[in-house]
Amino acid sequence: MWTIAGEGIHPIHEKRLTSSVALKDLKLPGKVVIPLSQHIGAPCEPLVKIGDSVRKYQKIGEAKGFVSVPVHASISGKVIAIGKFPHPSGNQSHSIVIESDGKDEPVEGLTEHPDYLKLDPKELKDIIVNAGIVGMGGATFPTHVKLNPPKEKKIDTVLLNGAECEPYLTADDRLMVEMPREVVEGMKILMHIMGVKEGHIGIEDDKPAAIEAMRKAVSGTGIRISVLEKKYPQGAEKQLIKSILGREVPSGGLPMDIGVVVQNVGTAVAVYHAVRYGIPLIERIVTVTGQGIQRPGNLRVRIGTLLDHVITECGGLVGEPGKILFGGPMMGIAQHTLHVPVLKGTSGILAIPKEDVLLEDFTACIRCGRCVQACPIRLLPNMYSVLAEAGKPKDAEKYYVLDCIECGCCTYVCPSRRPIVHQIRYIKAEMRKAKNKVA
Amino acid sequence: MTEQTVAEKEEKKGRLEEPTPKLILTSSPHVLGEDSIERIMWSVVLALMPAALAGLYFFGWSALQVIVVCIASTLGAEALYQKISGHRVTIKDGSAAVTGVLLALTLPPGSPWWLSVIGGFFAIMICKQLYGGLGYNPFNPAMMARVFLLIAFPLQMTRWPVPHPIFSGIDAKTGATPLGDLQVARLTGKGIGKAAELNLGDAFIGNIGGSIGEVSALALLIGAAYLIYKQYITWHIPLSMIGAVMAFSGIFWMMKPDKYANPLFHLLTGGLILGAFFMATDMVTCPVTLKGQLIFGFGCGLITVIIRMWGGYPEGVSFAIVLMNIATPLIDMYTRPVRYGAKRVEGAG
Repeated sequence: MWTIAGEGIHPIHEKRLTSSVALKDLKLPGKVVIPLSQHIGAPCEPLVKIGDSVRKYQKIGEAKGFVSVPVHASISGKVIAIGKFPHPSGNQSHSIVIESDGKDEPVEGLTEHPDYLKLDPKELKDIIVNAGIVGMGGATFPTHVKLNPPKEKKIDTVLLNGAECEPYLTADDRLMVEMPREVVEGMKILMHIMGVKEGHIGIEDDKPAAIEAMRKAVSGTGIRISVLEKKYPQGAEKQLIKSILGREVPSGGLPMDIGVVVQNVGTAVAVYHAVRYGIPLIERIVTVTGQGIQRPGNLRVRIGTLLDHVITECGGLVGEPGKILFGGPMMGIAQHTLHVPVLKGTSGILAIPKEDVLLEDFTACIRCGRCVQACPIRLLPNMYSVLAEAGKPKDAEKYYVLDCIECGCCTYVCPSRRPIVHQIRYIKAEMRKAKNKVA
Repeated sequence: MTEQTVAEKEEKKGRLEEPTPKLILTSSPHVLGEDSIERIMWSVVLALMPAALAGLYFFGWSALQVIVVCIASTLGAEALYQKISGHRVTIKDGSAAVTGVLLALTLPPGSPWWLSVIGGFFAIMICKQLYGGLGYNPFNPAMMARVFLLIAFPLQMTRWPVPHPIFSGIDAKTGATPLGDLQVARLTGKGIGKAAELNLGDAFIGNIGGSIGEVSALALLIGAAYLIYKQYITWHIPLSMIGAVMAFSGIFWMMKPDKYANPLFHLLTGGLILGAFFMATDMVTCPVTLKGQLIFGFGCGLITVIIRMWGGYPEGVSFAIVLMNIATPLIDMYTRPVRYGAKRVEGAG
């Protein structure tokens, strides 16, 4: 068994709500709102105007710059608005709104590649960019950028992330159970692009069905299944690398610095679909779950589908709504409205009823050291918390606050209920402000 | 937390039919662990109950009086201070109760009520609240209060009743603690004197002279096992502290067994077990890293042995812990964990 030694936590699990619920297509929405920024990097330029008719798979936003990917229409219909609309990040984002014509008509002439492993890596990478593929584990880093390391960085291993350590989420679990072949084919393409022989798929040991399905699917391919201890944040990129390969990504660096490329299992499937069938990324699997949702499940959702449509199709909310999150409970973002769209990086929608929302006052740090022992980056979260409270964000710099991945372990274990991650975000924001002033 | 807001308005101007429900916004994480300060503190109180009961058994109602007055004093002092200074009264969090029980367990059975009151008020007012309350005190308040009482009231703090199991009907007599005997023998040039006759079985269950809560190693270990099982303390400090005491006393005992008591004697007498599991492990005043805690415990053990063997007091646990409390910030500074990914770029950044 592979694991992150020492650090990390064992939070509530709650995956049983959806872990055995089979994948299902969500009913097509009447309209979609497709933000031009669904990835880390520059937003796209719209390619359509209000009134244009579009078809499914049609490119409607063009990438701008290297760290950027295009967006595609996820349904067929008419462009009815282009403007600022609520974005799950909490901001407003430039978006294209398409009203469905109910026909779901695809564009014609998608390029298929039955012999995809014979394609040139360069060609494959172009397909991946044009399909708008980004990291689907949540970070939404454009996939082709990870596949294009500078020449001096020699990549020797591709890791596929199927750890899914966030409580409640089962999207990757179901994907591996039901589509293991696609995952493996996607992995083969990624390994072919990188020209590497070593490939691992990391899965936490709480997913026996996924492990079995993937083991069967990889037999004879040389790809290895690494069973990981169920521990949060096992699936964080840096922790996954450490657990499986024993290597540490240098502080401030990237996995490519130590010869590794990490992709999510969902990304691998998207890569396969794009390469094999020419299908761009227009839908993803979303775990809709929580005690606050009537019918939890794992759904194929078109990108741009609004939250209220998803919730309605899942039977609506139970009781008085408290929080609705995009993502899991450890790192998810609380939404202020139901009119935000599902994005390429939306792995889960979690509804927490009001009575389950904890809103407690925090008390003084008692220096118990639990956060220090839980921190997977081995930082001193207690210091950040105290310094933020004292209004000295600058002093946190010498404690390497920028290395923090905001996984939430420190806050989870804090008996004083201190909002440590929030305080760290405050510190980081203050540091950015100070830096911008200087520059 | 501050960012709890309700939002529903802005997209009304958009194309919405139904109003959005009021949603709560906070930063992640959105789930929290179950342990709270309250739960931890009251668990420590619970874990001290076997030792307190053992004290009651061996010393009768005079021990009960000390325990009750100490707890009442620490709770009263905390409530009084917070009322006067206009802070929220936090006696429910259990931290003052822990201090009260700990203080009581370090006092001689039958010590006068006013000693407990002075100790309790000194612990809470001077050693805790004046520094800013729970979390800000550099010293363990109970330990500090005991040291204060020992220096200010040496007579009352060294009058040790002989154990007489409850309901046995024997009148209380006073005697000496095993460590007291050892010191007298050392100072009068009689080697280890009566210490050689100590029945280790009696010392293990608590049938010896000493402070209320320190005599029964058995009772203390039961409570300690509970705290370790609940993960409210880790083994690092107790093990390194007790290990250091055993190792150093063992070295000297092996060299001169007629002059130095054996390590088991040091383990089972005095306040070592009480101090190692319940005092030195005080979260507020010990280092935050596990490596730091090992160093801290080792230092506590070393100072304890030095005081016991060559110091002016027969017992050194409380002094050792208070002295090491001073070193805690320093230890924390030098035992900072090496962060993930630091090795390769440490030189550069």
